[in-house]
Formats: sequence, C-alpha cells, structure tokens
Amino acid sequence: MTDATALDELKEQPGGNLRFYGIWLIAAAALIVLPLVFSSGSSLTSFNLIGIAIIFALSYNILLGQTGLLSFGHAVHYGLGGFLAVHVMNAVANYNWPLPLPFIPLVGGVGGLAFAILVGWVMTKRAGTVFAMISLGIGELVASSSLILRSVFGGESGITTDRTALPHMFGWTFGPQRQVYYLIAFWVLVSAIAMYALTRTPLGRICNAVRDNPERVEFIGYDPHVVRYFAYGFAGFFAGIAGGLTAINFEIANSAYLGATQSGIVLFAAFIGGTAYFFGPILGAILVTYLQLGLTNITTVWQLYFGIIFIGIVMFAPGGIAGLLMMHRPLVRAGSWPVVIPSYLLAALPTLVFALGIILSIETVAHYTASEGEGNIINLFGVPFDATAPTTWAVAALLVVGGFLIARLTWRRVADAWDRAATVARDRGYLA
Amino acid sequence: MLELIVISTLNGVLFGMLLFLLSSGLTVIFSMMGVLNFAHASFYMLGAFFGYQLTRWIGFWPALVLAPLLVGVVGMAVERYGLRNTHRHGHVAELLLTFGLAFAIEEIVSMIWGKSPVDYRIPAALDFPAFTVFSTNYPAYKIFMLAISVSIFVALLIVLKKTRVGLIVQAALTYPTMVGHLGHNVGRVFMVVFGVGSALAGLAGVIAGPSLVTQSDMASLLGPILFVVIVFGGLGSLPGAFIASLLIGLIQTFAVALNGSLASAFGPLDPSLGPSVLTDIWNVTIAQIAPILPYVLLVLILIVRPMGLLGTRET
Amino acid sequence: MRKMIMTAAMAVPFLVGAAHAQDSLKIGYIDPLSGGGASIGEGGLKTYQFLADELNAKGGILGHKVEIVPMDNKTNPQESLVQAQKAIDAGIHYITQGNGSSVAAALEDFVTKNNSRNPGKELLYFNYAAVDPALTNEKCSFWHFRWDANSDIKMEALTNYMKGEKSIKKVYLINQDYSFGQAVRTEARKMLAAKRPDIQIVGDEVHPLLKVTDFSPYIAKIKASGADTVVTGNWGQDIALLLKAAADAGLKVSWYTYYAGGAGGPTAIKQAGLDHQVYQITEGIPNSGNKTAMGFEKEFRAKENMSLWYPRAVNEMRMFKAAAEKANSLDPVKVAAALEGMKFEVLDGGEGFMRKEDHQFFQPIYISSFGSLKDKAKDPFDEENTGWGWHLVSKIDTAQTILPTTCKMKRPD
Repeated sequence: MTDATALDELKEQPGGNLRFYGIWLIAAAALIVLPLVFSSGSSLTSFNLIGIAIIFALSYNILLGQTGLLSFGHAVHYGLGGFLAVHVMNAVANYNWPLPLPFIPLVGGVGGLAFAILVGWVMTKRAGTVFAMISLGIGELVASSSLILRSVFGGESGITTDRTALPHMFGWTFGPQRQVYYLIAFWVLVSAIAMYALTRTPLGRICNAVRDNPERVEFIGYDPHVVRYFAYGFAGFFAGIAGGLTAINFEIANSAYLGATQSGIVLFAAFIGGTAYFFGPILGAILVTYLQLGLTNITTVWQLYFGIIFIGIVMFAPGGIAGLLMMHRPLVRAGSWPVVIPSYLLAALPTLVFALGIILSIETVAHYTASEGEGNIINLFGVPFDATAPTTWAVAALLVVGGFLIARLTWRRVADAWDRAATVARDRGYLA
Repeated sequence: MLELIVISTLNGVLFGMLLFLLSSGLTVIFSMMGVLNFAHASFYMLGAFFGYQLTRWIGFWPALVLAPLLVGVVGMAVERYGLRNTHRHGHVAELLLTFGLAFAIEEIVSMIWGKSPVDYRIPAALDFPAFTVFSTNYPAYKIFMLAISVSIFVALLIVLKKTRVGLIVQAALTYPTMVGHLGHNVGRVFMVVFGVGSALAGLAGVIAGPSLVTQSDMASLLGPILFVVIVFGGLGSLPGAFIASLLIGLIQTFAVALNGSLASAFGPLDPSLGPSVLTDIWNVTIAQIAPILPYVLLVLILIVRPMGLLGTRET
Repeated sequence: MRKMIMTAAMAVPFLVGAAHAQDSLKIGYIDPLSGGGASIGEGGLKTYQFLADELNAKGGILGHKVEIVPMDNKTNPQESLVQAQKAIDAGIHYITQGNGSSVAAALEDFVTKNNSRNPGKELLYFNYAAVDPALTNEKCSFWHFRWDANSDIKMEALTNYMKGEKSIKKVYLINQDYSFGQAVRTEARKMLAAKRPDIQIVGDEVHPLLKVTDFSPYIAKIKASGADTVVTGNWGQDIALLLKAAADAGLKVSWYTYYAGGAGGPTAIKQAGLDHQVYQITEGIPNSGNKTAMGFEKEFRAKENMSLWYPRAVNEMRMFKAAAEKANSLDPVKVAAALEGMKFEVLDGGEGFMRKEDHQFFQPIYISSFGSLKDKAKDPFDEENTGWGWHLVSKIDTAQTILPTTCKMKRPD
C-alpha cells in the first residue's frame, strides 16, 4: 500500500503546483460543461446519482482506505443526514426560515456528524473485526429502529419534502433537474477538495499511521482511539452531506437509506475503485452507479455480475481499478510501457471471448430457468440466441473453456512482458 | 402463564439449537483460519436447496448425508481457488471475497431454483407430533433437529479438544510455518477445515429447510444473526457459540411472549402531547423489538467485553 | 420478451429515450424484476404483457399499439423514482406499479410534483396493488388511480361478512409492523367493535416485517389466548411461515387473510394441511362462477403458466382503453378526467366505479377459502399445482364496500 497519491506527487514536483490546481480546475470545468453536452433528463439523473455516490464513497474511504476501519454500517450516517435534511427542509418551508436550499447538504452533514460523535467514541475503541461487527450491529439497530420510531422516520414510506418551497437563491427554484445538478456538482467539488485536503493534514497522516501500526503511533504520543474517533467523525460528516444531497435529489427520505444494502454498495464502490488512492473511490462510485443504472435495464441477474466483478477485483486486483492504473505509473515514467502494450492487446481478445462466454452462459441459464416455454430468445450484443437450443449451450461452453485456456497462455505473456518492463523501470530508478 | 413459560422455553431452546447448528460451522472456520466467512449463510442456503433437490431424486435420508458433503466440496473449492490466493492480501480481503461470494451464490440459487419458495417437505417418517404439552403439539421433526444439533456440538468438542487432528488444526492457525516444518500440509488442513465448516452449514440447511421456508433470500435473512451469535459468544469459541445461540433463542422467544410496553407499565401518555419520538418509544411493545434485541446485545457486549462471552482474543 | 438487448450496454444510462419509436403507446411497468420481490414482479409483468397482447389483437388503444416497458425498481422507493424519471425521459406518460406501499407513496408524491413542474410531461400513475389507505385519503393525488380495494375497504367487506358468522367469538389480530399492518389492525378493531360488539379481541400483535424466521412463539400466544379466528394482513414469507408454524403446533383456528394466495402461499397451506381453514379477501377469484371470467382465466393459465393474480389489472387496462376512447385522446390530463367517476363492468361480474373524489375504484369483493375442491365442474382451477384451490364463500356487493374519504384533491386548472 502506498500513501502517495498521484496528485500529491504532482505537487511535490517542481512546477507541480500549477498542475495540481490545474486538475481541480479541469474537474470544475468538466462539471460545468457536462450537462451541456449530455442534456437529456436521464443523463442528468445519472450524473446526480453519480455525484452523490462519489461523496459517499470518498467519505467511506476516510474509514477504510485512510484509517483501516472496515465499516458495514456507513449508510447510517448517510441516512440520518438525509432525514435531518428533510426535516429541516420542511421546517424551513413551514416557518419561513431564511435558509436557502444550497445550504441544506451542510445540515445533512451535521446530522451525520452528530450521530458519529454520539456512537463513535465506543465504536472506535478498537479497530479490526470488533469495529466491523459493531458497525454491523449499529447499522441493523438504526435501520430497524427507523421503522419503530414512526414520528421521526415516517415508517416505511418515509418523509417527503418539496425542495422548491425553500427560499430561492439567484432566482433558482431548484425544481428543474439541471439546477439540482449544479447544486450537487458544487458540493461534489467542495467535498472532494475538503476530503483531499484532509488527507494532507497531520490528522490525515496520523490516520494512515494508525491504520498501519497503531502501537507505534501510541509510542510517539498519539492515542489511536482518538485518531480513529476523529476519522469516524469526518467520515460521518461527509456521508451526511451525501445523504442531504440525496434528500434534495429525491425529495424523500426513508428507511431504505439506512439499510444494509446501501452500506454494502458503498463498500463495493470504494473497494472496486481502489482504497489506496484518493481518486479510487471516485472511479468506483462512477462505475458502480453506472452499472446499477445500466445493468438493471438489460439483465435481471445484475446482482450476480456485481458479485463476480467484486470477487474478481478482490482476487486479482486487490488495489482496485486505481491500483491497476497506478501500477503503470513507474513504467510510464521510465518509458518502458510500450513493452507491455502488445501483450495486453494479445491478451485482450481471448479474455474478451472468455468474458463473453461467461455472460452467455449466465444469460442462457437465467433464461432457461426463468421462462418456461416462452421468451427463450436471448439477444446478446444484437445476436439472437435460443436458450433452449443445445447449440447455444455448446457455444457458451466452448467460449468459456476455449477462452480460458487461450487467455491463460496470453496472461503468461503479459506477466513476462510486465517483468521486462518492470526491470527497465527498476534500472532507471522509478520502481523500488 | 405457566403454559406460556414452558412453551416459550421449549421454542427458545429449539430455535437456539438451530442457530447453534448454523453458527458452529462459522465459528469453527473462524477459530481455525481467522476468516470471518460472510458467505456462511449462503452455504446454509446451498445445503437447503441441495437437500431439496436430492430429496426429490433419491429421498430425504440419502440427501441428509450427500447434500452436506456436496456443500463441503463447494466450500473446499472456494478455499482452494479463492481464499488461498487472497490470504496474502490480509483478512479484510478474505472477508470481502466471501462478501462478494454471498451476493453471487444468492443470485445463482435464484437463477436455478427460482425466487419463490420451493416445496421442501418434512420426511413422512418424521411428520408426526412427538408429544403434546398444554395441548400444543411438538413435531417430531423439531426433536430430530434438536438431537442433531446436540450431537454435532459434542462431536466437534471431542474432535477439537481430544484428538490429534484437532491439535494440528489449532496449531496450524497460530504457527503455520512450524506446523508446516513438522510435515503437515497447512494448505490442505485449511482446505479441509473450510470444507467441514461449510458442510456443517450445509447440514443445517438440509434439516432447517423443510421446517423454515426454503427460498433464495433465506441466507440474507439469517446471515446477520449468525454473526451476532459468534461474536456474542466470543469469536472462535464453540461453547461460547453454544451459550450465545441458546441465549438469543430464548431472549427472542420470551420477548415475543411478553406483551409489555412502557405504556402498559406506566399507563398511556397524555394524548395532548401528540405523536412524537416519546410516544413511539412509550407504545412500542417488547414483542415488536424482539428481532432487534440480538443487535442490542451485540453492541453492548462488544463495548463491555470485546472478546465476547467466552472468547479469548479480540480479533 | 424481456428486453435483453446488450448492444447499448455501455451507453444505456445516457441514451435511454433517444431511440424509441413514437407510434406505440408505452406503459412503464415499475416493479421489482430482480432481488427478493422479483417472483411477484415477474408475475405482474406477464399479466400486463398478456393484457397488452389482448388489446393489440383488437387494434390497440385508439389505433396505437400498447407496449409494456419493464422497469426494475428492486422494491426500493429511490430506485422507483429513478425509473419514473427514465420513463418521463423516454416520452412515457403512463406508469403502473403495485408492490410496496412505500414505493407507491414515493411515486405518488413524485408524479404530483413532476406534473405541476413540467406541464406537457405529465405522468399518470395507475396503482394496481398498493393498498395503503393514505394514498387515496390524506395523500391523494389527481394523477393517481387505484384499482385494488384499499385495506380499509377490504376490512369493511370482511367485517360485513364476519358480522353474519355467529361462530366467531374470539379474534386474534397478528400483523406486520408497518403502515399496512397497522391499518389492518386499527380498522379491524374499530369495525368489529361497531358491527359485532360481542366479539372479543383476545390479542393484537404486530411483528417486524419479513424478519421473523420462527413463528412458533407467536403461535403459542395465539393458542394461549383461546382465539377461534385470526385476522392477518401478512404477506410473503410472513404468511407462509405463520401458517406452517400453526400447523406444526396443531393450532385449529380460522384464518382470515389478505394475501394467503400470494406466490408460495397455497403451497404452504397445502403442506400445512389447513383444508378450508384459510380464507382470503380479494377483488376476484379464479373459481368465481362467472363464465367469461373463467374463460379468461383458462386462456391466461394456458398461455402464461400461472394463475391470474390480478383480476384488477384486467379492469385497469380495459378501463384505460375505455377512458382513452371516451376522451378520444391519449393526453394523460384528458384520460384522467375521463376516468373520474367512470362506471365499469368488472371481470368477475358486477359493476364497479372509479370514485371521483379520491380516485379509488370500488368493486365487488370476494371471500374464498382454500382447500380441496369437491366439485371439479364448479371449481375447476387449483393453485400452484397443489390440487387445492379457492372456493367461493361469499360475494360482497360494491354497495357494501363503500367508505368515506378525507381526500381534498387538487385538480389542474
């Protein structure tokens, strides 16, 4: 695991400051331009969800990636933030408080933070399995209680609100999707910068130390418990902001916000993206939200694909997507990256065939069992297959087995090429 | 009142023993390998579905033996091709692998057997009331479940504490290299342990399937409770899991049997206060919160005694 | 028939809506198609597709082909709102949903807000199964129409039947702890007290929704209370497990249920051997005795390999056609206006009407019991291949099901 992030090293290079701020400026510009390019309602919906997921996943990574705390109940802060935001929005509308909508996410953040302060002290006494289990227990407790405390959580139908009823700002009603998009985009940028800045503070550094070796942290005079507590508070705060934004986006808060599914998804997102790098969870959030929106449209067994992708990442790329990308940095700097490209291209084809075979097998089985007698035609990438035909099964088996065998050969070549490239990089001093 | 107490105790013990049957495999895996297996409940579900399928083909009794073996094989495959490769990335990675596996298994099961409950019945030989207490029948099948759970507990204790195999297995956890030097194949030991643990879950599935509903969401329904049991009892402690199972079984059934709420104890609140958190809490009955009581216990014990009831170490 | 085109896999979230032909009349079907509720959602989808085919065989609606667009919401309110937004972006003006009152409440709220903010992109929401009374009372909306009888109406009908059953003396209420279960228990208490003051309520229990694995403690309580009748709104595994535990303990009572007929329920009752002890209250039954309805049932079973769970879906789609033809338009505002107060001959016979004040459909209600079918000519249909089926016990006429509403509806100008 490396603490150094791409951005960080950029900053430390001569002239890096410009490039460092440049990245955030580019991000800001991209966020502004994005809805002008993709202006349909569904793309705005997708962007909004992705933006919220990014904040949520980044907040989760304060725990998992930075401080080494595996939480199974992070959605609690997200959900409580959402509920507080909805209640405050309703109160603002009822009592005509002068609080415009753009500040509501902050209220959500306070909600998440408040609960983190409340339970955090006992939770963070210990790390590891104990923390994971307490977070699981607290998560279940809060989710179940939300159904009992009806007056606060509105039972299972939740509490609704109207985001246009709040005082307007710059003449924006925040009724239209696009205005909500810009609101979310603003908070994504602010939160991301804040969370990045957090990693650069002494607190962020000591969090990493607590993750790697709490005993030594204690020797140098810090209490790991206090450090974990602070990290937990910040994670709760930013999760609350994400929850507040969700409340604004959907204009409803309900117990599904707090549930285990939500906690599971954020874990997926952070881990798939890669917890060792700051931008990892961002990639993960984009991918996971994207898959959630897209996969559910095209296949009923999306959960299986989710599971497979997750298992694949855990087994073959525990650093996540970010880890895979950053592996290549020394090669790029040493200039030896062209060595690996041909082997990648060579491996891509059989690997694709293998993946296609797996997809075809899954869809064939799913169709064969789901629809008895009717609707057996699978339309895979535009090519129709009959799920009951033996040929389909044979083709699927052939693709899987053949693809795997050939792919394995090519993966060896990739490994060889990688070794060669890495040796070059090592010789030039870019790789330890 | 006496009637309710006797019957609730019986029900509590029965439910507790089922929990123990489920958690025994989980705790054995944990105590041997240090892996918290999120997919354990999924193996239980696989056991139920294998049991159902085999019962249809070859009858219940052969299925009772074969289905757990099959689940054990699946478990060994997971260990050999999954966990073993992930081991070097640490326990979090292992845990996450089983987390993903739980997702995948649930979907595979619902792909094959559908999402509705399957018609998995109690074998005719055991489908009669064993005895009657206060005009409530006790099905023979539940007694059968009870008997199996108790024998598994005894057998596991004997194997782990009294046999050479148990010693090697325990040593392999703490000193893997030393055990390796002594000529034992540590990898294989772990694989077998994981297989046995999964097979135990599978056995629980085979016998619990007909009594509960055999459905593709049965794993997610019981999964979290299992963690409560083994964490509460002390991670890796078999007697701890046994006590915790019984305790949680009894607490849950007695909570249901009681009708108390603050409102019934101290009288209803002044209605002029209107609906608020206070009235919600005031009116909630113990029966209503029965299923969340285990989580309260979990949080409390972890705060007070992080190693659990009979545990010896924290993680 | 499911949408399985993976060609656009990489572009789907961004490009939905761009490539749709404009000629067909699309109805967004928003219900779970994956996850725990999928078996129910798939059943509903098959029903709607069957009904669309039926309409299309007769020329569709106003010459437009009817197309059902499946949209998976995983029984999650947020997910449903995303799907509703997708529907709007795809130029869809009609959505139908049924599973989960929480989803229904979220959708109703969304539709109302959307229609007032985006004129011209109105969405009309046809609810075929969410029975929370609030949806047509305090939360009512001009854009929401409900074809299922809400839980209060069902209780009104059920208690009207129980009024005449002198053998009922002690009633036990057991329900799921959420808004629907709470509605069932409060109404049951209120209505029984008014109609049969001699009936004693010996127990009133709520348990957590879909979390209980072992119902034997609850059964022990029911048994200890000496109840002869249990009224429950439980559905899904909560009814199956409850009945199983009852059979295990040898509890002999009559079960008055809302959803014992749901997927898996009949199998559980047959397994438990509760022959004609379980009653269900619905807006239609397979063995209704109505020739046309039974013909329809037969045809439906032959084609879809399932029994018709939702006779109300038939009423919904047929009324939709009638309303569109009456308005001579597919404009949702005009169709909604045409639906208001519309009278309609329902599938199982008898006249129903869509009340203007709250958009609740009123129709005859049936009480049936599940068990062995003695007269195969009269009761030809069994359930889930158990050999057992629903037998008509009582039919409650529309007039006997009418309840007042507190709805104050805001209509578009």
